[in-house]
Amino acid sequence: MNSIFVICEVDEGKIADVSLELLTKGRTLATTLKCKLEALVLGHKLAGIDKEIFPYGADVVHIGDDERLAPYTTLPHAAVIKGLFTEEKPQIGLLGATTMGRDLGPRVSSALFSGLTADCTALEIGDHEEKKIQKVYKNLLYQIRPAFGGNIVATIINPDCRPQMATVREGVMKKEIFNPSHKGELKKLDINKYLQPEDLVVKVIERHMEKSRVNIKNSSIIVAGGYGVGSKENFDLLFNLAEVIGAEVGASRAAVDAGYASHDRQIGQTGVTVRPKLYIACGISGQIQHTAGMEESSMVIAINNDPMAPINKIADYVITGDVMEIIPKMIKYYKKNSK
Amino acid sequence: MGLRIIVLAKQVPDTRNVGKDAMKADGTVNRAALAAIFNPEDLNALEQALRLKDRYKGSTVTLLTMGPTRAADIIREGLFRGADGGYLLTDRAFAGSDTLATSYALSCAIRKIKDYDLIIAGRQAIDGDTAQVGPQVAEKLGLPQITYAEEILSAEKGKIKIKRRLERGVETVESPYPAVITVNGSAAACRPRSAKLLMKYKHARTMSERQTQSEDYIAQTGDRAYLHIAEWGVNDVETDSKWLGLTGSPTKVKTIENVVFQAKESKILSSSDSDIEGLIQELILNHTIGG
Repeated sequence: MNSIFVICEVDEGKIADVSLELLTKGRTLATTLKCKLEALVLGHKLAGIDKEIFPYGADVVHIGDDERLAPYTTLPHAAVIKGLFTEEKPQIGLLGATTMGRDLGPRVSSALFSGLTADCTALEIGDHEEKKIQKVYKNLLYQIRPAFGGNIVATIINPDCRPQMATVREGVMKKEIFNPSHKGELKKLDINKYLQPEDLVVKVIERHMEKSRVNIKNSSIIVAGGYGVGSKENFDLLFNLAEVIGAEVGASRAAVDAGYASHDRQIGQTGVTVRPKLYIACGISGQIQHTAGMEESSMVIAINNDPMAPINKIADYVITGDVMEIIPKMIKYYKKNSK
Repeated sequence: MGLRIIVLAKQVPDTRNVGKDAMKADGTVNRAALAAIFNPEDLNALEQALRLKDRYKGSTVTLLTMGPTRAADIIREGLFRGADGGYLLTDRAFAGSDTLATSYALSCAIRKIKDYDLIIAGRQAIDGDTAQVGPQVAEKLGLPQITYAEEILSAEKGKIKIKRRLERGVETVESPYPAVITVNGSAAACRPRSAKLLMKYKHARTMSERQTQSEDYIAQTGDRAYLHIAEWGVNDVETDSKWLGLTGSPTKVKTIENVVFQAKESKILSSSDSDIEGLIQELILNHTIGG
């Protein structure tokens, strides 16, 4: 059976978390399908990087190590993947839903005429019956994602075209080592075979990368605000609470769109997925778009004016009332009761 | 030397302001309850195009949209803000298109427009959030692509310089053009409508729209070419039907579910001091906070 390919991303010389998460998912899918899991890494100065990948269960690691592949630009990466996919004919191709994966995935899918589903929140294997032509498709990739602003969840399939491609955001899947001593086959790619001079026309002339200032993904307590918080100034109150109890501040998409909080704080399908031990949702109605990114929190406190807000259904504690009145009380009583 | 710029734009349901009546009882979307708007990031794209037009004399900005006949609204909206013209690609043959079939149809229309230097689009549309159509159009036309653009810094001597917004920083890239650029929501907001342009273009109509107007109206506006919004059907562009609509869409929607939360047993509290203090004490006691 044809393989599953995970296109891995390199971040500061290491395999990016999102790629390791996809390898973990890919390992499960490959076991279900009884096929090989293969990883592809493109970049420069990649010596030894396969050692980071094998423990996640890859059977084959393809490495394309060439100075023309770093820093990332679309065309040379797309050319190598198009070429390799044409030779190897994978049944599934997975990428991180990063600025790189979301730039590269559609380019490759357009060239290969293979379907691509963006920002999946779940990937499963299942069958599909096309009643009109009385055909049953076995073992398709179910690409599950919220759609329509998160008001519905759609299962997307690619019955006829291969590879079935999907992107997944960082943090959506869990990364887990398959076997620390797992070994597979290392294949070095001959990049010259795939690259044409016209693939090298775009040049990166300047780059400023910062260490991420906001680290909501790894925070054990998150105070998140939604559109209901009302203003950027009111958000300051959330920061106060976060500082007092040792939390990070997150935001819903509506709050980010309204300019109350910066993009790197966005939680949800189009933002970060978090699994803190405590999630305090302030003025968040709880559209699936948002809850997809926080529903695995161990404990949820929902503070909302609307007693019928959807977020209340997944909350352990529901406080009905005004965020601006309740948060100062939380700060006050925390200070009073903690030593 | 002027630039010939095509802006790809989409009319989308305003999924950001979804009211209680947005979903029907059977779990399908009640499109009628949602306002149809100019996709927000396509407005950022339009602004980048208009800035180039301001800067490089003799430049033109042309909108291209695919959608139902009412999508002519967003071409008018573009004209009111400074675009020079627009094309509406509309036909039942395009219905049911996924991103790949959409980009195929758009790339065929762009080939027909033929003379262009830059194709600028929003990064993604709010009804699907896929960010696929821009790169897929670029691939179909064999052009370089620059996604996540925040600012087009210059377009001179056949080269564009563009600042891109990445997860943790920015980079500047240089590319020859023609090229496809997709613009991020962090880019400059679009300028408002101009009162003068609103007066000039308020009667701009597509052929189908004109057919519903009175003869007097048609007689009055008929000879003013700038009031004609070009409307193309499948027969006006060179396409191969196997790449269009449902047939041309590799992805299929298997199922759609309205989301029903598994209701948890939740504890209901009021905003009273005693309730809040009780909660905080409980959280401290079980080491959820203050540990």
